[in-house]
Amino acid sequence: MRERITRREQLAGMAFAAPYLIGVAAFLVYPLAMSLYYSFCNYSMLQPAIWIGWTNYRHLLTDHAFHTALWNTIIYAAISVPFTLALSLLLALLLNQPVRSAGIYRTIVFMPSLVPLVASALIWQWLFNADKGLINAALRPMLHTLGRRILAPLAGALGAGQATVESLRHITAPVWLGDPHWAMAAIIFISFWGVGQTVVIFLAGLQDVPRELHEAAEMDGAGAIHRFFHITLPMLSPVIFFNLIMGIIGSWQIFDVPYVMTGGGPGRSTLFYSMYIFEAAFNQLRMGPACAMAWIQLLIILFLTALAFASARKWVYYA
Amino acid sequence: MNRKQRLLTHLLLLLAAAAYAAPLLWMIDTSLKREVQAVQIPPVIIPHPLRWQNYRHVLGDPQFDFSLFARNTLIIASLSALGAMLSSSLVAYSLAKIRWRGRGLVFGIVLASMMIPFPVFMVPLYRIFRELGWIGTNLPLWVPAFFGIPFFIFLLRQFYLTIPRELSEAALMDGCSHFGIWWRIMLPLTRPALLVVGLFSFMGAWNNFLGPLVYLTHQSSFTLSVALQVYQSRSGGTSYNLLMAASVLIIAPVLVLFFLAQKTFIRGIATTGLK
Repeated sequence: MRERITRREQLAGMAFAAPYLIGVAAFLVYPLAMSLYYSFCNYSMLQPAIWIGWTNYRHLLTDHAFHTALWNTIIYAAISVPFTLALSLLLALLLNQPVRSAGIYRTIVFMPSLVPLVASALIWQWLFNADKGLINAALRPMLHTLGRRILAPLAGALGAGQATVESLRHITAPVWLGDPHWAMAAIIFISFWGVGQTVVIFLAGLQDVPRELHEAAEMDGAGAIHRFFHITLPMLSPVIFFNLIMGIIGSWQIFDVPYVMTGGGPGRSTLFYSMYIFEAAFNQLRMGPACAMAWIQLLIILFLTALAFASARKWVYYA
Repeated sequence: MNRKQRLLTHLLLLLAAAAYAAPLLWMIDTSLKREVQAVQIPPVIIPHPLRWQNYRHVLGDPQFDFSLFARNTLIIASLSALGAMLSSSLVAYSLAKIRWRGRGLVFGIVLASMMIPFPVFMVPLYRIFRELGWIGTNLPLWVPAFFGIPFFIFLLRQFYLTIPRELSEAALMDGCSHFGIWWRIMLPLTRPALLVVGLFSFMGAWNNFLGPLVYLTHQSSFTLSVALQVYQSRSGGTSYNLLMAASVLIIAPVLVLFFLAQKTFIRGIATTGLK
C-alpha cells in the first residue's frame, strides 16, 4: 500500500533529519569523493593536488612496507577474529551458568574492554617486558623445569644429537616485543583481553534462547554437547554473525595498541595497515598514497563483509 | 548441575576472572612501588613500602599536567555526548516516526556508513578542518557529533520503533507538532536508550586516540590518551611505576562511570547485538 505523504510530513521529516543530511554531505560524501580524487593525485596538502592517474596505486605494487603492513594486518585479522569470537562465546557460556556471584565474574571479564587502548598498550608493554615483565618472570622457572626435566631427557631418549639436547636444556623465554614473531603474537594476545563487549552481546543472545527448547531436547535424551550444537549454536547464529562483522571491521583498523606499544617494530613486524596510512599522510605528507591505501582498505572491508553476508545464508538462522 | 559440575564451573570462572583481572591488578601494584622494587626479579608481589608519592609525583609533573588534560578530555567527551544524544535522537525520530520520501535511503546510508574505516576520511577531513582554522583546537573532535552518529541513530531508531505508533498519531491529531512529540513524549520515554548513547559517546571520546593525535597540535590542548602516549615516549623514558600510576589515573574515571551506570551499560551493549 502506498502511504500518502503530506507536504507537512515530508518537510518535518527532512527537518528532523537535517543534522544528519548536512553531516552526510560535509563529513561523508564530500570527504569520500575527495579522498578518492586525492588517491589519483600527487598531494602534500601544502600545495594544490596534481592529477597523476594510477601512479599511486601502481607504486603500491612495489612498495615493500605496504606489502608488509597488508600482510601483517591479514595475519592479525585472520587469527584474532576467529579466536576472539570463539573465546567470547566460551566465556559467555561459562558466565551464563547459574552460579553464585556470577555478576562479579561478568564485571571482571567486562572491565578490561573499558580501558583506554593507550593505557592497555602500556600495561601490556610492561607485562611483556623481556627482563622485568611479569609474564617472563612466571615463564622462566617453568621453561627451566620443562627443558631440564622433560624436553631434554625426552630428546635424549629419542636419540637426538648432543647439541639439540643441550639447547633444550637451556630453553629461554621469548623477548616478546623485541622479537618480530613474538611481537605479533603479543599484539594478537592483547586482543583477547578486550573481548568484554563481545561477551556481553553473546550473553544477551544466550538469554534469548528459549528454555523450552533445551528442556524438550533434554527430555528426549539429548546430551549437553548435542544441545549446544543443535540448539544453542543455531539460535545464536545471528549474534555470532553480528560479532563476526564487527570483528572484521575492527581488526582491519587496529592502530592504537601497536602504535603505542611497538611503534610498528621491531623492524616492521607489527606495522599495521592503518599505521602505515597514518605515517604516509602525517609523517611523510604523502596524501595521495595514503588515500589510495585507505580506499583499498575500504574495498577489502566491503569485500570481506559481503563475503560474510553471502555465507550467512548457509549458516545464520533467523527464527 | 551436580556438585562436581558446579565445582568445575567455579574453578573455570575463577581462572577466567584471575586472567582478566591480573593485568589491572599488576598495574595498580606496580604504581605503588619504588622504582627499584618495580623492576626487581623475582617480582615483589606486595609493594613495601606503599609509594603513594608516585601519584603525587605524576600529578605534580610539570610535563604531564594531568588536571589540564583531564579538563580537555572532559570538555570534548561531554560535548560529544551532548551532540550525539541531541542529533541522533532527532534523526532517529525522523526515520522511525515520520513518513517522508527518502527516509529509506537515508537509513541505508546510516547502515552503510558504519562500515567505512576512518582512514578513508582522514585526509580530506583534515583539509576541511585546516581551511576552517580548526586544526589545533578541539572543534574537529566534538562538532561532528552534532551531525548525528550512524551507530547511535540506528540504536535509537530501533528503540523508537518499539513505541506504539498510536501514541504519536494521537498526539498529532490533538494538534501536537512533531517537535512537541519528540520533546514531550519521545525523549522521556526513551531516556534509558538516550543514556546509553550519552555514555557510549562519552566513553568513545574519552578513549579516542587517533582523532586527537591527528587534530591536536599543541600540548596544552592534548587529551589524556595522547598525553599518556607522549608521557611514555618522552626523552629518557618514564619509569614503569610512574607510567602505571598515570595509567591508573586515566582508567579510574572510566571505571567509576561504569560502576555508577553498570545497568545502563550492559543493557546498552546487549541491545546492540540484537538487530
